[in-house]
Amino acid sequence: MKSLGPVLTVVAALLALWYAAAVVMNAQWTYDQAERAGTEVTLSELLADTMTQRRPKLPAPHQVLSELKKTVIDTKVTSKRSLVYQASITLGATLTGFLTGTLLGIALAVAVVRSRVMELSVTPWAIISQTIPIVALAPMIVVLSSRIGIEGRLIPKTVIAAYLSYFPVFVSMVKGLRSPDAMQLDLLRTYGAAPGQVFRKLRLPASLPYFFAAMKISMAASLVGVIVAELPTGAVQGLGSRLLIGSQNGQPLMIWAALVVASALGAGLILMVGLLERLLGRMMGVRA
Amino acid sequence: MTWLLAALLIWPLAWGLNGVLVRRAPARMARVAVPLIFGLTVVFVWEALVRGFGIEPVILPAPSKVAQTFADNRSILWLDFVQTGLKGALAGWVIGAMAAVAAALLIDRSPFLTRGLLPIGNLVAVLPIVGIAPILVSWFGFDWQSKAAVVVAMVFFPILVNTVAGLAAADRMQRDLMRTYAAGWGATLWKLRLPAAMPFIFNGLKIGTTLALIGAIVAEYFGSKDVGMGFRITTAAGRLGADMVWAEIWVAALAGSVFYGLVALVERWATFWHPSQRG
Repeated sequence: MKSLGPVLTVVAALLALWYAAAVVMNAQWTYDQAERAGTEVTLSELLADTMTQRRPKLPAPHQVLSELKKTVIDTKVTSKRSLVYQASITLGATLTGFLTGTLLGIALAVAVVRSRVMELSVTPWAIISQTIPIVALAPMIVVLSSRIGIEGRLIPKTVIAAYLSYFPVFVSMVKGLRSPDAMQLDLLRTYGAAPGQVFRKLRLPASLPYFFAAMKISMAASLVGVIVAELPTGAVQGLGSRLLIGSQNGQPLMIWAALVVASALGAGLILMVGLLERLLGRMMGVRA
Repeated sequence: MTWLLAALLIWPLAWGLNGVLVRRAPARMARVAVPLIFGLTVVFVWEALVRGFGIEPVILPAPSKVAQTFADNRSILWLDFVQTGLKGALAGWVIGAMAAVAAALLIDRSPFLTRGLLPIGNLVAVLPIVGIAPILVSWFGFDWQSKAAVVVAMVFFPILVNTVAGLAAADRMQRDLMRTYAAGWGATLWKLRLPAAMPFIFNGLKIGTTLALIGAIVAEYFGSKDVGMGFRITTAAGRLGADMVWAEIWVAALAGSVFYGLVALVERWATFWHPSQRG
């Protein structure tokens, strides 16, 4: 709680900066309008106008808020114009992709920890796979899957999100599963524990902190993957498509609103992972 | 049919060979040979399966066909790489990295700012920042400047957060030692804290390399000139030219790996003293 004051100060400063920037960036349009009409603008008129333009270069915070109210609260949840509806689609794909990726990451990590051949074969390629900007594949995967005859958009999105989110889990789980030191391993050996028991009772619990740190990164990556996968032409649902439509129709407010909802979604998901971590930690007797 | 059989045969063969290599060959050799054999096997099985099942090139082109396309279009691919990889991603990465380190140094001078900005920086670092691409494209136009701007926004926060954490890495004893030498803020920064922060900064820089390419390519989806990797991928995907898309993906993979590798090399040179580099 000690940092609440500084954080609020910084947020207030950022908001002030945002308003100032909105005035500066939108002023040009106001001047152009006035020149066309042959009138002069006073400072107060300028300020008022830059806050209320319909297609501002940089919308002021309250404009974004009112757009949010319009699309989140005032629109029915089932309507396509509702950002809640669009966000729920993005959320569904994010979670399925995240789960698939996490399971894949765990499986790979377990295989790598148990087999030296696996380790040497797979690890370098896993790293290389992440230097490929997977988003480059997004339009291709979408086109491909519709070509093969998969109608819904869920599968291509899931593939991309899983691809992005498996890697952090894989890396951290390898590290985590290897984290018990020789002493602990020796102790279990004196107990006559079988390899399976060592795995279940020592390696797995020891890897949990690593696992949760990775889950947060994976969750963020998964959301980015889904949003990007929603961009390619033809995407009709999800927050990503709202970004694209807003960009094509020149409606900055729509883009900003979608952006805010996407950010809130991301922050919420990370928060959930954090809560889960604390809950599981308490069940396993970790002292906070 | 022979292709399918070959695919079925080569897999256990290569796996067995790798098993032998891991157990018998010198560790150094195994480290290079094993992943190489694995990679070649995957490519071979891919080729064999595509031929064996007669998969349409529209769905999945054989590696040989992609290589052919790659060789035929080298000049186009090179121009795309210059536009997206060098002008967009690299320029943005350099600007973003410098801005982030500078901002970290500024923040670091004030404990108040550190406490205020760090939670926000940590939050923003996990948000889907690619989303601002349409906004930046509408501000900076269709050429590479808007792509570089997206890249700046994407790499800024990870590097900032890492640098601030790194500047705090030098411990109290070491700082006290610097003080007994009567070293000022500048000397302490230059001789102790920046070197101690290097492993963290490089961590941020490496995360940034992948993000930079992603940002530059995605930004092109929102409007670009008629050159660039993102542009080529969308148009080729629209024409169902899968081989061209895959050739472009190879370029991206190559660029990404080289970029990452270069940063890792510089890291090894700059942080040779760190335990993770002494291995």
